[in-house]
Amino acid sequence: MQFLHAIPLDQLLIQTINGIVTGMILALVASGLTLIFGIMDVVNFAHGELFMLGAYVGVIVLAATGDFWIALAAASLVIALLGAAIYLTTLRPLLGRDPLTTILATFGVSLVLQNYALWQFGPVARKIQEPFTGHFTLFYLDYPWYRLVIALLSAAIIGALWLFLKFGTYGIWIRATTQDRVMAQAMGIPVPWVLTVVFAIGAGMAGASGVLFGPLVGVNHAMGLDWILKAFIVVVVGGMGNLAGSIAASIFISLLEAYASLWVSPAQAVIVSFVVLILTLLLRPTGLFVPTPK
Amino acid sequence: MRRPGEGQSSGRRAFIYWTGFSVILALLIIAPLVLPEFWRRFLTEILIWGLLAMSSDILIGYTGMISFGHSAFFGLGMYGAAAALISMQPPNLWLAMLYGLVGAAAVAGFVAYFSTRLRDIYFAITTLIFSQIFYVIIFTWTEVTGGENGLTFSRPPLAVPGLFSIRFTPETLHWFVLGVVAISYLVLRRITQSPFGMVLQSIRENEARTRAVGYPVERYKIVAVMLSGLFAGLAGVLYALQNRFAAPDFVFFLVSGETVIYNVIGGIGTLVGPIVGAAFFLLLREGLSRFLTEYYLIPLGLIFIAIVIFMPQGLLGFARRWLNQ
Amino acid sequence: MSPIPPAPLLEVDEIHTYYGKSHILDGVSLEVARGEVVGLLGRNGVGKSTTLKAVAGLVHPSRGEVRFEGRQITRSPAHQVARLGIGYVPEDRRIFRLLTVVENLRTGLDRRGVTAAKKKELLERVYEYFPVLAERRGQAGGTLSGGEQQMLAIARAMMLEPKIILLDEPTEGLMPRMVSQIREIIDVLHRDSVAVLLVEQNVPLTLEASQRIYILEKGVVRHHAPAAELQANDAVIHQYMGV
Repeated sequence: MQFLHAIPLDQLLIQTINGIVTGMILALVASGLTLIFGIMDVVNFAHGELFMLGAYVGVIVLAATGDFWIALAAASLVIALLGAAIYLTTLRPLLGRDPLTTILATFGVSLVLQNYALWQFGPVARKIQEPFTGHFTLFYLDYPWYRLVIALLSAAIIGALWLFLKFGTYGIWIRATTQDRVMAQAMGIPVPWVLTVVFAIGAGMAGASGVLFGPLVGVNHAMGLDWILKAFIVVVVGGMGNLAGSIAASIFISLLEAYASLWVSPAQAVIVSFVVLILTLLLRPTGLFVPTPK
Repeated sequence: MRRPGEGQSSGRRAFIYWTGFSVILALLIIAPLVLPEFWRRFLTEILIWGLLAMSSDILIGYTGMISFGHSAFFGLGMYGAAAALISMQPPNLWLAMLYGLVGAAAVAGFVAYFSTRLRDIYFAITTLIFSQIFYVIIFTWTEVTGGENGLTFSRPPLAVPGLFSIRFTPETLHWFVLGVVAISYLVLRRITQSPFGMVLQSIRENEARTRAVGYPVERYKIVAVMLSGLFAGLAGVLYALQNRFAAPDFVFFLVSGETVIYNVIGGIGTLVGPIVGAAFFLLLREGLSRFLTEYYLIPLGLIFIAIVIFMPQGLLGFARRWLNQ
Repeated sequence: MSPIPPAPLLEVDEIHTYYGKSHILDGVSLEVARGEVVGLLGRNGVGKSTTLKAVAGLVHPSRGEVRFEGRQITRSPAHQVARLGIGYVPEDRRIFRLLTVVENLRTGLDRRGVTAAKKKELLERVYEYFPVLAERRGQAGGTLSGGEQQMLAIARAMMLEPKIILLDEPTEGLMPRMVSQIREIIDVLHRDSVAVLLVEQNVPLTLEASQRIYILEKGVVRHHAPAAELQANDAVIHQYMGV
């Protein structure tokens, strides 16, 4: 207990905010992943690379236009299109087959994309400038505004996604296809098109996360690896295909890691997420935040 | 999967098989004597990666459990051997193998436990994350594992304490590796063709039905994981012997990914296929990197994707069908 | 000048389907005219459901043709077939359990070229026929009882404004009161000139509701007659159904 007293309250608060910020970005990445898995049983190994390429597109467009928000929009769009292309070329042909082949195919895609980025952009990290600098004071420390904005934007995007799914014809189509693909077709829903669009949406969200997160770290070809691992953990802990669950899990795990990094190095703090995963698999394999099925 | 006795007389087929096997073995034995040093080492490495790929085939090809965890088994085998060779003086070959196998077995036991509770995709993701757990531990526990830089050590002699002790030459090391890999192959082949192996395959085909018929599927899975892990660990030990260092890079999940690539390219469920796949991949990498330096993975990745889509049976499966035309 | 009789609404022409190595449909042919109610009888496992699935485009025959309004639809994907005007009500209902009743209906209602006014009209009409659905319109499909789900499944297909509805064992597992409701719905459809291809185990209901009957055995049509004829002479029924 004395050990806990040694942590100043302001540090704790800062880590809480950090945890939420990282958690929201992770949630943005993971929701795309869980959406894709929910509707078509595809574990998209290349999701981290879509995140990474989004960041790179952000770098390029930012350099060309000087406007962060245009870069954000452009990256989302470009990566969404890339997602659609990937789906049509590598995943559509695998539709009838063993779902495990999709893991292999997307793994292959991730290798290609990673090395493509290395080839095109080189190993040196790039930087994305924050759209606004400026800090506000939290206790006697300066906390950057930008980080809060990221969290809010991510929440907004996820919120928009939720609204889209809940209301509107396309939302119904997507939810119907997720529940019963065959019957959705029998009702006239153009399922092949729906699948492509969902994959594109998931990809676009990953791309957007890349741009949002860019200013926090350097943009380099390997940045996707960390995120894909965390995103997988989040999706399993949150319950596969469960959007709300993956958001809750993202924040939960990110908070724990943020707190853990008060004591250990960030490289070791990731073990927290591993432990959470193992506990989830042992105790509630369908998902930590999912009510246990009867 | 051919049933015994199908088609031509199985006697004749066995003869062709064993002749082929002997020829290839003979070529591999002669190889170090005629090949330049670089290619000799290359060939030895193909054998080692081939062993790793074969071990993973037990899970992927025969039991139908895709695992991205083999880098953990391989890495623990490697570090286990390193531990033995560093901590014991004089360095003892057999102790290195023992430590390596024990290390790999421990990890395999851990993974095996989860294998029984998780299906397919969850299992694949979990094995991936386990590789990463070990990676992080090895990477950050610098005092014990040397962290980022890994461990270096010297190669032990081929020794039976009290009887003889010979230092390894490049040729004899190659033969030693060849011997271990060849014996492993024969052992695995025997196992996969045994009733045990048949049950594994029926688990792959239809797990629910296998269970309904009365087989304790969980137990079979655990044994499969342990077996797979042990041989992967053995490959790790061989790698340590060959290169005299252990590094965390080999525990990174991408190594598991490459192993899976070897399996798929060569043909899962064939034991020989993964070795062919490893050879194909490594040769292609060698060739492409002459032209494209380190971006060889782009065309290689594309080839891999194409094989997953169009040649799901792998090179071997494709060749088999073409030969049967 | 005597008019050329129009092509039947639906023609199934010698279709063969396989499931792995099993030969399920071994040359099935049948016809349904506009507004007609046609019954498809047969023992379990003879291929009745498969025939419906082949018409709906969920299963593609390896040989033979399926024609709708004279047009070939054998290879068409299921969602196009549905849009052409073929509604499908599967054997296990398969309503979208996590969607509300209204959302289930909307999967068929939300189509291109349907005005908001028309959608309202269709919804109201279906609520008239199935008042229980109106009551439960905001509830999730999975919370409905078996009979209510069957109503929803049929209502959902009706949202497509189909020219023909394929009904696969609609009365299975239902209480007698519900069974007569189903009977009424088939009559309503017939009155509205919607053709029905009805697969059923309930022979008396089928004979009453249909104009013509096909009897399937082992993947082939063995007998084909007007329903009235079979009602009068039930020896044939006994022969093929063992009932």
